[in-house]
Amino acid sequence: MLILVGLITVTGFASVYIARQNEISAGSLSYAGFFFALYLIAHIVARLTVPDADPYLLPMAAFLTGLGLTEIYRLNPTDALRQGLWVVIGLAGFAATLIALRHDFRRLESYKYLFGLSALALLFLPALPKIGHSINGARLWVRFGSLQFQPGELGKIAMIVFLAAYLHSKQEVLALGRLKDFGPLLAIWGCAMLVLVATHDLGSALLFFGIFLAILYLATSRLLYVGVGTALFLIGAAGVYETTAHVRSRVIIWLHPWTTQAVPCPTRGGLLMQRQECESFQLVKSLYSIAQGGFSGTGLGKGTFALTNGKTIIPDLNTDFIFSALAQELGLVGIAALLLVLMLFVVRGFHIALLVDDGFSKLLCAGLTFGFALQTFIIIGGILRLIPLTGITLPFISYGGSSVVANFILLAGLLLVSQRANEAR
Amino acid sequence: MNARIRLAALASLTMLVALIVASTYWQAWAAPDLANKSDNSIQQISQFTIDRGRIFAANGTTLAKNRITHAGGQTYYFRRYPLGSLTAAAVGYATQTRSRAGLERSANDYLTGADQSLAGAIKQIGDRLLGSTIRGSDVYTSLNLDAQRIATQALGSNCGAAVAIEPSTGRVLALVTTPTYNPNDVEGHYDRIRNITSPSCSPASPLLDRATQGLYPPGSAFKVVTAAAALDTGRFTPNSSFYDPGYCTEYGQPVTNFKDQFGPEVFGHLTLATALQDSVNSVFCNIGKALGMRTLMNYARRFGFDQTPPIDLPSDALAISGLYQRSHQHLRLLSPSQDGKGDPGRTAFGQDKLLVTPLQMAIVAATIANNGKEMRPHLVDRVRRSNGDIVRIRPQTVGQPIKPETAIELTQMMESAVSAGTGQAAQIPGVRVAGKTGTAENGTGQPNTTWFISFAPADAPRVAVAVVLQNQTGTGGTTAAPIARQIMQAILSSAPNSNS
Repeated sequence: MLILVGLITVTGFASVYIARQNEISAGSLSYAGFFFALYLIAHIVARLTVPDADPYLLPMAAFLTGLGLTEIYRLNPTDALRQGLWVVIGLAGFAATLIALRHDFRRLESYKYLFGLSALALLFLPALPKIGHSINGARLWVRFGSLQFQPGELGKIAMIVFLAAYLHSKQEVLALGRLKDFGPLLAIWGCAMLVLVATHDLGSALLFFGIFLAILYLATSRLLYVGVGTALFLIGAAGVYETTAHVRSRVIIWLHPWTTQAVPCPTRGGLLMQRQECESFQLVKSLYSIAQGGFSGTGLGKGTFALTNGKTIIPDLNTDFIFSALAQELGLVGIAALLLVLMLFVVRGFHIALLVDDGFSKLLCAGLTFGFALQTFIIIGGILRLIPLTGITLPFISYGGSSVVANFILLAGLLLVSQRANEAR
Repeated sequence: MNARIRLAALASLTMLVALIVASTYWQAWAAPDLANKSDNSIQQISQFTIDRGRIFAANGTTLAKNRITHAGGQTYYFRRYPLGSLTAAAVGYATQTRSRAGLERSANDYLTGADQSLAGAIKQIGDRLLGSTIRGSDVYTSLNLDAQRIATQALGSNCGAAVAIEPSTGRVLALVTTPTYNPNDVEGHYDRIRNITSPSCSPASPLLDRATQGLYPPGSAFKVVTAAAALDTGRFTPNSSFYDPGYCTEYGQPVTNFKDQFGPEVFGHLTLATALQDSVNSVFCNIGKALGMRTLMNYARRFGFDQTPPIDLPSDALAISGLYQRSHQHLRLLSPSQDGKGDPGRTAFGQDKLLVTPLQMAIVAATIANNGKEMRPHLVDRVRRSNGDIVRIRPQTVGQPIKPETAIELTQMMESAVSAGTGQAAQIPGVRVAGKTGTAENGTGQPNTTWFISFAPADAPRVAVAVVLQNQTGTGGTTAAPIARQIMQAILSSAPNSNS
């Protein structure tokens, strides 16, 4: 399985290399070999620590990172080098998580408040002066020297652990609907939502909200909570829509990306221009890129992402918009394959949750998997205009260190639960 | 809890399936629509990453080739037109900023290699996976460069057009419009094109292909269509006799013959054949009245009027010949049900509401030359795919507007128009030429639109020509016929089949 993934990655790199040999050095092929070796080590660590765990998850993650790296490499070789470094760190985090928790990860449950508070702390970090750093108007990063890190990604994992642990321990009482049992839960989760909305990180806010509702439902079996939660969310969203221009703009872009008449452009001081030249520029150009891929795609390395003077057409192409780059070069066939791999990953995750026999493990595993699926849906759905576009990363594929590290830790979590599930049988 | 986990799993998978559906929508369903958006820079630029096929004249001369440019890590193939303006009307241009025109547009699928057979398509997908450049197919046209050059020279500073067609196949041998433009200027020097002026017409409209888009009253050139209807219905023969008093009466008003310096010509007793030879309006006026608008226009439609000509050029750059209502500055094509709005007497000699393109008149001449069988006019002769396969474009029959016998009779009548009538300036020593002049009046005191349609040799036609000139003081016989003669000579002097 892993060998197959290795072959695909090598082919991908080779394809990019052949298509763009006038600017990329031949040494690039050694990348693929290097990552293959890296995954082999990860595989061996996994075999030693969680020998009975699901054998498909790691190769699928390897495939997704390999694909992401290939595309990042094609778009910007320097970024790929940096991303490669993050994959190394991510795999180290993966191995460390496996080794540290190999005996019984369930002891995490007793540290639930620690996780809840650290989730909050991680979300707050970028707001701090000195180390906080803002990109594109969203203050989501912290900076150590030349490395940037988005702690919210790790906060997401910590939050899922907290929610799973808390809801598991309070499962019975919560189902009764006593308000006081919700106290700590709503306090921590509510703070997280506030932080996210305040920092304009709408995608993560939506993600946290969805994960919260899903785990709440899984723990209490009360669809009513989901209904009430959704209703509250809609009311909240309507309130934010009325008060925040930023949110209003996102919705307008979603509903009417193209205008035939010139409308005032808010970012250009109200200058009259067509919306596709202004607010919805990124979305529209990304849709053109996706449409350009058509059925079979242009081929890796042959897509058009820059004007003939070298200027990039779509901003944030290798992070939030990496999907539209992949869609152009791989076409519908490639994208369907990619989404099928993501679906398989999700199926395996829920499969583990079904097999494992204790409540905490079930909640943790289902929560992590649901978070993975929802995050995928929020970003790709936004790019495909199914929902308003909110910038978050595509798991394992997007350029971004914190995302890669967090997803490898998520993967380790799933493998640990899987080990427990299969061991018991 | 497992039932709940299954529900969560179902919800997750539904979200991911929705993504596949949405991708399918954008990449399959909406893709052609998005590709045509004017701000779709990705589509516009990516077209230039294809090693676009070249375009050749019949003798193998390159009409369009690629200039390789490297930018931003990509290789781009931009167009150059070595012969400049000579074949601009037919070949057109392919640019980043102003899209495409002419064959560059209508033959785009060939030129970008999108026309492949199944095996070719599979190879192309392989090429893409390997990242090698897609090579388009080369397009070989039927254009005869000698005829192009001579027609361009002969039209000179006039505003006009000329079309030459090989009657037996429909191959377009020459397609010339003046004034024209240099396609190499479209991308970077559009101001040069905008600043083109002409001493003979204003605006000069260099981007207008007068051969396929220009609409002009056909004048007496249309008499061949009227004669075709008269003979083919069996209502008249070449020997049907008429009396010409110098005018015919239409709705109680006299409609006079062509006026020379002594006033309207008067011919007295004559036959239909001599009426065509000497282009006598009153005879055709009476034939038109006898046949009626419906029969007249039905015959015109058989020749292709009221339809977009089936030539392989972009259909939105082709004008339809037919009856036009003039309202303010606007021309509106009348539908066949509105034939009755035309006046049969004047229509029969090509005036009133009738407007035609030179291409349509060349089709009429070529059809008569080809025993009444109309061939589809086409510029693309054959296509050479990147794998070396040759795809020949076979001649296609469009229809048989008139019986072969009618065509033979018409040919004889048109021959006498050149040998003894109004078209004597088109005579070529040793070659039998059939032709018909046209001098359309654009109102009292206004300059004429002059025409000549012809084919040669009359006994075994190799070329049919239509020439139009705007704003002339002379007649079709003195202005357009000599130009048609030069074009026919150029084509007849090139070796037969040298260009197929």
